[in-house]
Amino acid sequence: MAGLKPEAAPPDAAPRVRFRDPQIEMAHGAGGIASRRLIEGLFAPLLFGSANQPLGDSAALKIAGARLAITTDCFVVKPLSFPGGSIGELAVNGTLNDLAVSGARPESIVATFVLEAGLPTEVLEAEVRAMAEAARRAGITIVGGDTKVVEHGQADRMYITTTGVGPFLEGVHVDPRTVRPADQVLLSGPIGDHGITILLARGELDLEADLRSDTRSIFPLVEAMAQAAAPGVRWMRDPTRGGVATALNELARDCRLGIHLSEESIPVRDSVRGACELLGLDPLHIANEGQFLAVVAPEYAEMALNALHQTDGGEEAVMIGEVHQQPAGSVLITREYGGSRIIDMLVGDPLPRIC
Amino acid sequence: MRFVDEFRDPEVVTRTAEEIRRLADPGRHYRFMEVCGGHTHAIYRFGLKDILPANIELIHGPGCPVCVLPMGRIDDGLILAQQPDVIFAAFGDMMRVPGTQGSPLEHKARGMDVRIVYSPSDALKLAKTNPDKHVMFFAIGFETTAPSSALTLIRAKAESIRNFSLFCNHVTIIPAIRAILDSPDMRLDAFIGPGHVSTVIGCRPYEWIAQDEGKPIVISGFEPLDILQSIVMVLRQLQAGKAKVENQYKRVVSWEGNRAALRAMAEVFQLRPYFEWRGLGFISQSALRIRDNYAECDSERRFSVPGVRVTDPKAAQCGEVLKGVLKPAQCKLFGRECTPEHPVGALMVSSEGSCAAYYNYEHRKAMATSLAWPA
Repeated sequence: MAGLKPEAAPPDAAPRVRFRDPQIEMAHGAGGIASRRLIEGLFAPLLFGSANQPLGDSAALKIAGARLAITTDCFVVKPLSFPGGSIGELAVNGTLNDLAVSGARPESIVATFVLEAGLPTEVLEAEVRAMAEAARRAGITIVGGDTKVVEHGQADRMYITTTGVGPFLEGVHVDPRTVRPADQVLLSGPIGDHGITILLARGELDLEADLRSDTRSIFPLVEAMAQAAAPGVRWMRDPTRGGVATALNELARDCRLGIHLSEESIPVRDSVRGACELLGLDPLHIANEGQFLAVVAPEYAEMALNALHQTDGGEEAVMIGEVHQQPAGSVLITREYGGSRIIDMLVGDPLPRIC
Repeated sequence: MRFVDEFRDPEVVTRTAEEIRRLADPGRHYRFMEVCGGHTHAIYRFGLKDILPANIELIHGPGCPVCVLPMGRIDDGLILAQQPDVIFAAFGDMMRVPGTQGSPLEHKARGMDVRIVYSPSDALKLAKTNPDKHVMFFAIGFETTAPSSALTLIRAKAESIRNFSLFCNHVTIIPAIRAILDSPDMRLDAFIGPGHVSTVIGCRPYEWIAQDEGKPIVISGFEPLDILQSIVMVLRQLQAGKAKVENQYKRVVSWEGNRAALRAMAEVFQLRPYFEWRGLGFISQSALRIRDNYAECDSERRFSVPGVRVTDPKAAQCGEVLKGVLKPAQCKLFGRECTPEHPVGALMVSSEGSCAAYYNYEHRKAMATSLAWPA
């Protein structure tokens, strides 16, 4: 999450800081409730002038008449490489995806490296190659960067920050405040692959599964959907840390409507379900790096879904729910037999440092 | 997914719910206690209350090990871990449980070496890979987790691993059920018996509940159909005027329990004369301590334990909620001072705690419903 508000205004004369936690805990970086409190209570009032705007994945800038999306993201994943990807690939795809779900075409990124003294060059080179390959695949350019080296023990091997820009797609305006009852909730594919892959890759659990991170650029999917249904696309988000539940809770709070999901329609691979059952985790709270959620006006929903199905990597896209008036500000999950539950944002940090 | 999907089959769930409606006498109010926190969690997670008739009330029992642990024990453990070169290892469930100076996670953020492990043997592995540190495993749990603690200590002793100890907070389920039944303000019709504990202890230890107290008890699994079927079995007993121990969770639980696990526990542990339970007070012979043979692995004997006593905040009504006298939302702090993010009482911490389960899955649903139909 970039945590930047659209159309940034100059800071107020007397910003109101509401963040009162005495110290920074891991949960403040986990993408859930605590992260939101930090951003809304400290960063937004002091840096963005107001905390009342919905927090999007990118900020919108007007430069010499052009409307550009800009976003930044820092990657501190441990371990650096894991089945299906590595920190370098994530650093490119993650920023591309934040631009894509803002309705923008990713164009260029710059990258900052924080390196721990003693890091083997071959590890760094592998990650730089992974970044180059991810950029080549996505058709974007990496146009600059910065490098800092800190003493051994002052950082954990390497961190990468990437900042990306790109122009907004024609006719796409995503804003949670445009979401209306009866709108449909779309999901691009199965959830939880990335988070569970990382958890298993740490080797702290004696669990094995044939599972790969889903890291990829989702822009081709977003673009296909926009071409088919742009006027109906109201909101998009890539459910990274905090998972689908956190992303949809943020939406529910921003649009003050209830998001109804059908439990059985949410695709989760058996290996992810199995790991979640064993570990007491909810797949809806698990991070993804190659999926996105969209809210689409009902008359455009089929078109959007068909467009996804016809695009490479979008075959497993599904409709998972619908927007209702109630329960306002919450996400309600219903099962086929009639039982229902509210699912909240992630509290705390089940899987530290997964992106 | 096998062993999961067949127990969540919507059609069978619906049929079983209909059977419950047929069996339940509409003129009667039923109060069933699900002893185990895992059941509480499942009941909310699967929205089972939505499909049960209104006259079947499920009361959450004391079977959540995090919830019944007095705050003083957490303080004791964290004070021990403040010594140099000590690694504090515990299950993830413990990490957000507040002590008076903060939770293990908050101690970690301040620099304490706190590790989440998924089993005590992982903590022992930590000790082997950190020979210059002392690893203290903060052990919690009923008979479900006690055998793995016991086996870990047996292995530590066999391998002469000296930089490992266990801070034992293991408790036993039967005395807690007895305390609930002895409580004068408690009127229960039957029990949904704990599943995981029973894999170890079997079904026999519950016989007194049926024979002496005249209450049906059905040991239950954790899937929606398990719990619904157990309710059917309880209702059938009540309808027939019977009280016996029945085992719904036969695919996992045997009548005699797991003898190897019981042997390991007996080898390593003995009953404490008494132990304090949060919300229930001191209960005699309700917890385990490490036997003298394993004293070297006992944190309480390796270090000097301060023995901190902390009284719960007066306004918090954890005890009443734990005993089922109050519903979570009836506590004065619920949802205001006490939330899953900032828990005051332990019932709000663990996902198996009735307050956290109620808050996460029901509270906002209830609030939203009350908004939809203004009074």
